[in-house]
Amino acid sequence: MSEHEHNPFPDEGNTGHIWDDNLRELANPAPNWWMMAFYASIAFVIGYGLIYPMIPLTDSYTKGLTGWTAIGEYKAATSEVEAVRKPYEDKIAKMSAKEILADAELSAYVEASGKVIFGDNCAACHGTGGSGNPGFPVLADDDWLYGGSIEQIQTTITNGRQGMMPKMGGQQLTDAEIDKLANAIYNGTVTKEPLFTSKGCMGCHGPDGKGMAALGSANLTDGIWRFSEPDQLASIKYTIKHGVNDGSDPETRKPKMPSFKDKLSEQDIKKMAVYVYKFGGGK
Amino acid sequence: MAEKNIQEQTIEELYAEANEHKINVGDVKIHAKRMKGKFRSIKWLTNSIWLILFFGPYLRWNGHQAVLLDIPNRQFHIFNITLLPQDLWMLSFVLLFFAILLAVVTALAGRVWCGFFCFQTVWTDVFTWIEDKIEGGPAKRRKLDKAPWDVKKITMRAKKYLLWFLISVFTGISFVAWFTDSFQLWKDLFTLQASSTVWITILMFTVGTFYLAGFLREQACFWLCPYARIQAVMIDDTSIVPSYDVPRGEKRGRLVKGKPVSEDQGDCVDCNQCVAVCPTGVDIRGGQQEGCIMCGLCLDACDAVMDKIGKPKGLIKYASWDGIRGKEEKPLFKRPRVWLYTTIMTIALAGIIYGLSGMESIELKVIHARQPLFVLQSDGTIQNRYTLKVLNKLPADMDVKVSVKENNLKGLIISGAEKPVTAHHGTVTPVTIFVRVPKKNLTEQSVPLTFVVDGKDESGQVYHSERESVFIGPK
Repeated sequence: MSEHEHNPFPDEGNTGHIWDDNLRELANPAPNWWMMAFYASIAFVIGYGLIYPMIPLTDSYTKGLTGWTAIGEYKAATSEVEAVRKPYEDKIAKMSAKEILADAELSAYVEASGKVIFGDNCAACHGTGGSGNPGFPVLADDDWLYGGSIEQIQTTITNGRQGMMPKMGGQQLTDAEIDKLANAIYNGTVTKEPLFTSKGCMGCHGPDGKGMAALGSANLTDGIWRFSEPDQLASIKYTIKHGVNDGSDPETRKPKMPSFKDKLSEQDIKKMAVYVYKFGGGK
Repeated sequence: MAEKNIQEQTIEELYAEANEHKINVGDVKIHAKRMKGKFRSIKWLTNSIWLILFFGPYLRWNGHQAVLLDIPNRQFHIFNITLLPQDLWMLSFVLLFFAILLAVVTALAGRVWCGFFCFQTVWTDVFTWIEDKIEGGPAKRRKLDKAPWDVKKITMRAKKYLLWFLISVFTGISFVAWFTDSFQLWKDLFTLQASSTVWITILMFTVGTFYLAGFLREQACFWLCPYARIQAVMIDDTSIVPSYDVPRGEKRGRLVKGKPVSEDQGDCVDCNQCVAVCPTGVDIRGGQQEGCIMCGLCLDACDAVMDKIGKPKGLIKYASWDGIRGKEEKPLFKRPRVWLYTTIMTIALAGIIYGLSGMESIELKVIHARQPLFVLQSDGTIQNRYTLKVLNKLPADMDVKVSVKENNLKGLIISGAEKPVTAHHGTVTPVTIFVRVPKKNLTEQSVPLTFVVDGKDESGQVYHSERESVFIGPK
């Protein structure tokens, strides 16, 4: 670049910056449309700052004339959803779980809206759709430890459950006896097994081996297993040997259904009872 | 017209050509002359098809609006057919049909749509007719454009704009009336109860109509409309379009009283009437061009002049470029385009007919629960859960009975559908159904199972729909 003392192009309004004899920088103004857009964008920023929150201050920020906030918009949106749900929720509040179940419209509402509550609180153990998981009961079948009536389901969710079965291994039953008993259970013929009566199994599981809802004892005859494992026979043997929640055996099974009294509102528990009932196993 | 290279052309010829190639960019306002004639009458007739837009929404059918495109409720009522979102695929065939119809018509007879049917040219035609009635012919209008704003001009313009405005507003309201109950719409408008969507739509249509038909006019065809540009590839030398008979007309020359006509002079007397009447301001004698909407009004003008000077009509006529040049014209059925277009149209039409004839008034969908796929019950049966979705397109609710078709699942028990299910009209009603089959009777992991819904409406008409699903058991 050379600063020409004698500008060879004096009349065209160049800046005087000239390269290679004739390559020069002109002082043309930016196009009108460009300048208009430029000023418009400045106006936009000012307008935006007036309307919306914009500048962070030391312990606060400029709020803007409209007072708009992201959380405010979110809350407005959720309150819209709540307004749609309100008539149903109001009805549900006044009804028992059983009454909800009898009402086709409301139970359809619960089925649709309960999915989120179930997903957040129950599905981790019981699986989506109540399909169960190893060590966690299937909710879609009609085999219930503590009863499958709507009230019983509601009680289970509210208070939680922790079943108990004493360990039978060691002093009570020899390994051979456990083998025999387990095979009888596995084949569905447990009531014909003398050990079932003589060792007091029937005390909890009932003389017919179908369990008692009041105690939470399992039905041993229906082929549905509380502790379902690929090698089911071995699983049965293990349960007999070490018991369930028996503090005296460190290897005991430790299932626990937590109480949802403090986690979910009464309303939500009611809805969950209906939701679980409608998986297809409710009685 | 013999084409010459630039090298061979005189400077005068170049000027004349440059004049011919002048493109209308809206710098000069087109004030077309209006005159009676055959194509003028045809245009009024085809224009009047748009009266359907204005009066169609008030037609009733079986106690409801005959055509109601009810978008909020997601259903279209077209006479006694109800279309729901799941029938939308038929729309693609309808669109295909009309797209190809446009193409085939263009290939055969040029821009028939533009010249006779397009809302842009029709509304413009009506607007300029009003202009013509109020302000007078083209010469008066040009003078008025330049005149100062005195009382006379203001009154004329006010009258014109008021009429334009009224038509625009009615256009907007009529458009909206297809999408909502038309009578209720008027009630809502007068009581100011209409929704903001309605107001905004009417406002947009009013402004759009007023501006497009009142001011933008042929400029919309030149610079806004994609079809105007696409048509260039649809027309070929065999398309029958308004054309100037070049061999007969050239060399054009004015008639001068008392002066004999020279030997080489053609029939065109260069009266410029074809340009004067053209709503887009093109000179058809320059050949086919983008500005020509093929309305045929120049044919009327030229024929009238030919009558006057005692020459045969048809110096400007509907003809193909092949015809004008004296080339042999291919018969219709020998043109591949005709075959191609006809095939596509037939497919589209077949699709629509298939869709409409296969439409059931009730329709069943079955969703097999995925989690869990099956559940073992305490009585030794396997239970599957299904969500049945019953779609009811009838105008009233109907109770339907759910059952399963004959199958090879022994001991099958269906529960959840003991009572008839009320299928609500115009929507999908979900029903949860459980099916149980004794485990010992299951031989395969997956067995087909067909669900059936049966219903009867008040008049005793029977409705039936079925859908195949599967029953799944353990391996």
